[in-house]
Amino acid sequence: MAAVSKILKHAAVAVALIAATASLKARTTSESGADLPPSREALRRTAVALAEAGQVGRDAVRPQRIISLVPATTEMLFAMGAGNRIAGVSDYDRFPPEVSRLPKVGGLLDPNVERLISLKPDLVIVYDTQTDLKQQLDRARIPIFRYAHRGLPDITETMRSLGDRVGSKAEAEAAASRMESQLAAVRTRVAGRPRPATLLIFGRDPGALRHIDASGGLGFLHDVLELAGGRDVLGDLKQQSVDVSTEMVLRRAPEVILELHYGESLKTERLDDERNVWKALPSVPAVKNNRVYLLRGDEFVVPGPRIVMAAERFARTLHPEVYAR
Amino acid sequence: MTNAVAADRPRVAVRIRLAWTLLSFGTLALAACLLAPLVGSTPIHLTTVFDRSVPYADNIDAQIFWVARLPRVLAAAMVGSSLALAGVVFQALLRNPLASPDTLGVSAGASLGAMVAITFALDFSLLGVTAVPLASFVGSFGALAIVYGLSAARRRGTSTIVLLLGGVTVQALLSAIIAFVQYLADFTQTFRNVRWLMGSLDVASYPPLVAAFIPMSLAWAGFATLPRVLDLISVGHESAAARGVDVERSERVALVSASLATGAAVALAGPVSFVGLIVPHLVRLMVGADHRLVLPASALFGAAFLIGCDLIARTIIAPLELPVGIITAIIGGPVFLWLLFRKS
Repeated sequence: MAAVSKILKHAAVAVALIAATASLKARTTSESGADLPPSREALRRTAVALAEAGQVGRDAVRPQRIISLVPATTEMLFAMGAGNRIAGVSDYDRFPPEVSRLPKVGGLLDPNVERLISLKPDLVIVYDTQTDLKQQLDRARIPIFRYAHRGLPDITETMRSLGDRVGSKAEAEAAASRMESQLAAVRTRVAGRPRPATLLIFGRDPGALRHIDASGGLGFLHDVLELAGGRDVLGDLKQQSVDVSTEMVLRRAPEVILELHYGESLKTERLDDERNVWKALPSVPAVKNNRVYLLRGDEFVVPGPRIVMAAERFARTLHPEVYAR
Repeated sequence: MTNAVAADRPRVAVRIRLAWTLLSFGTLALAACLLAPLVGSTPIHLTTVFDRSVPYADNIDAQIFWVARLPRVLAAAMVGSSLALAGVVFQALLRNPLASPDTLGVSAGASLGAMVAITFALDFSLLGVTAVPLASFVGSFGALAIVYGLSAARRRGTSTIVLLLGGVTVQALLSAIIAFVQYLADFTQTFRNVRWLMGSLDVASYPPLVAAFIPMSLAWAGFATLPRVLDLISVGHESAAARGVDVERSERVALVSASLATGAAVALAGPVSFVGLIVPHLVRLMVGADHRLVLPASALFGAAFLIGCDLIARTIIAPLELPVGIITAIIGGPVFLWLLFRKS
């Protein structure tokens, strides 16, 4: 029995090696691979991965058809040069532009399992909360990588373990360290500055101070705000998002209000009107001192490599004097 | 002579009971309106609120009172009484104790309007009223048109039960369309849709109140014509017609008024559940079935009930606040059960 399984394992390794070489060749000939030079280094890594595979089973074979149901991990894969191994993404993926050409397989609440399996993935990145999907993929013997939304330090953490999992350890390490040093640079730049009490708003009704949803003391955006030299005015409320009443805004008296707007939700000609909505609460220092800012961009919703941009935009907004110098 | 006096006696008795009802429920509603703005998730001092020496722009307590709390209490009063009245009218009209403002789909129509506005990021406003409540009110009108069409079809000989089933079907259909619109929404919009559906009275300004007051007052005027008719209709159409009531016309007034009130209430506060279902029952347990008493008492009690629920919603887990729709259901359900079983 042992001998048979050994032979089978060797056969599997051989097949995988052929497949990997073939795909590597394909990648060399297609011009799409801006992310990874088809070097001897890549070959070596494949070989290493395959060697490991011989010992730890087929899961560890360098995945070639990755499906990412999480926009953040899609961006991480591109950042570590594994973008060309992505076979499918979620409906919510917008970045980088290359994802527009990839098959879409649903989202957090409505993954399209049939389509997903038909794409023959050898690794699927799922949200850890997608219990049903995890079971279905298990039954189909498709390996998964589980992702959970947490704080800012977890972004680079996830990046490293993902890099490890997809056989791009060195590139992931490089990208993660680069992010960390960029974030540290933002932190250093605003260090020692007074930290304005900041209300960070994720959304509200257009044209009204209704259904205000803001950052509490948990989550990556709270962490980014604190890193960029702000003090979260709702930091004592240990939840990611807080339903904020106008009474709470008045009482907590934020010195800065940062409103995030995603996608096409806020048109340029409406910017002033939306800012003026806050004049209904004139005692709020942010309103009095004209420090209500409306920031537009998708980098705020995706806890991936672009979070560095988000941190820089927060820091510039909170501490314009530092960036003016 | 003695006969005339005897005939007057019940009328006088009703007047006295009406006076007592208005006085007691009116006191309750007024007390709620006056006391609720004083309490909240944070303390305020009335002396500071009315202190003229501090300019309004710097007076936090005054802004909390005038911007955060008073509009909110007024919204609760308007929404509570509109939903309660609509509930009374629907229950009598459909002769069904389970009927509520949600039954015929008007409230689902209003919700659909709001979901469309949120999901497709509609951005317009009219006289200080913004896209979401406006779209919601338009949605309630769409549902009203369908229900009105159904009631017109009734004239050709269909029964109350058909109108009820038709309304329930419209409601289910609109709920399915709501689900479809939500399916098209992205993460952040879905989140906002869900929150909207839980109801919120934090209106934070007066224009939405004024705007909602227009359809609501039209509806209240309609309700004022109804007490006797509803008494007769809840007994039966034939006896109502025999007493010289234009049943069809009265039913149309009832239907349109109740729908207007519901649409305006949902547009203002979201679909606050339970108020329109249980307040009429609670009030009937207290004052009896006479609609001359039930209608005004429900309006006043509905206002007080929703103000009270909102007060709990904004203080129970302070500094955080709960959506008011959760409180109305959590309080209303058990209270209603208790009353039902205590009675039997």
